[in-house]
Amino acid sequence: MSDSELDAAFFVRWMVAAAAAVEREADRLTELDSAIGDADHGNNMQRGFAAVVKALEADAPTAPGAVLTSAGRQLISTVGGASGPLYGTLLRRSGKTLGDAAQVTRQELRAGLRAGVDAVMQLGGAAPGDKTMLDALVPAVAALETSFEAAAAAAEEGALATVPMRARKGRASYLGERSIGHQDPGATSSALLFATLAEVAA
Amino acid sequence: MTDGGQGAGPVGIVLVSHSGPVAASVAEMAAGLAGGGATAPVAAAGGTPDGGLGTSTELIGAAARKVDRGAGVAILADLGSAVLTVKAMVAEGDELPKGARLVDAPFVEGAVAAVVTASAGADLDAVAAAAGEAYGYRKE
Repeated sequence: MSDSELDAAFFVRWMVAAAAAVEREADRLTELDSAIGDADHGNNMQRGFAAVVKALEADAPTAPGAVLTSAGRQLISTVGGASGPLYGTLLRRSGKTLGDAAQVTRQELRAGLRAGVDAVMQLGGAAPGDKTMLDALVPAVAALETSFEAAAAAAEEGALATVPMRARKGRASYLGERSIGHQDPGATSSALLFATLAEVAA
Repeated sequence: MTDGGQGAGPVGIVLVSHSGPVAASVAEMAAGLAGGGATAPVAAAGGTPDGGLGTSTELIGAAARKVDRGAGVAILADLGSAVLTVKAMVAEGDELPKGARLVDAPFVEGAVAAVVTASAGADLDAVAAAAGEAYGYRKE
């Protein structure tokens, strides 16, 4: 697929691949979340992305922006934990930024995701280094300038880099020092999102 | 209909907790403490539709519509993900009645202040301010 021809079908494939990856990794996400969270991240994400796929199957939008906006709305409505509004805001704001163009370039997608990440920062009040999904998202979006593969690698690296961090946001922050030594579940699922993006772009 | 419309009925209050029973009990307590006479409409949106712990946009949206009398709706939330969910719903713009907003206040104390103030006929800004003032009440 050429970088200049990302159409709605490409974005639907991305969401379907993300749902499959979340389902495959649900146990691992829950395991990570049981160490420093409330042990529901795997189930929550699975439920959310299943709803995303179902909505896209029922009514697939014809513009990339509309695919992401629809996915974001489903996540906010169905996930139930903090991940719902955060991931929902990420995708919805990205979708709104892409507008109703029938096709977008990788650089346009990067700009859209950048706006989405900014909205997540604003909503959750977190910054990189707080041991959150942002630690995967921020480097991933920056690396998307180079390629989809670079973005996936940066997200994975960002997720691994949360292990020695101390959580400063969300339920994990109550654990203080005891949150150190565990990989952040949100950063891990964000890495999955970029891994599947690279997968469908390959 | 304008936000906090002149002559519109009282401001509605929605209490969003991770727990259904917590939201319902706080709603009951706040209405009880608001005392005699007519009280402002209060609705609880606690837990998930199947009775589990969590936050549900469906329950929050339904509760807000239920208490909307045209003068706005003050929404109070207990913990992080409930707060984020309400903020995301406000940003979404089409799931909540016009004039619904998240109020920055402690959950229990803020709920009592909000219901008492709304029952006295105050507008949304005054209800939000009264609920927020509960942060200033020190306990030692």
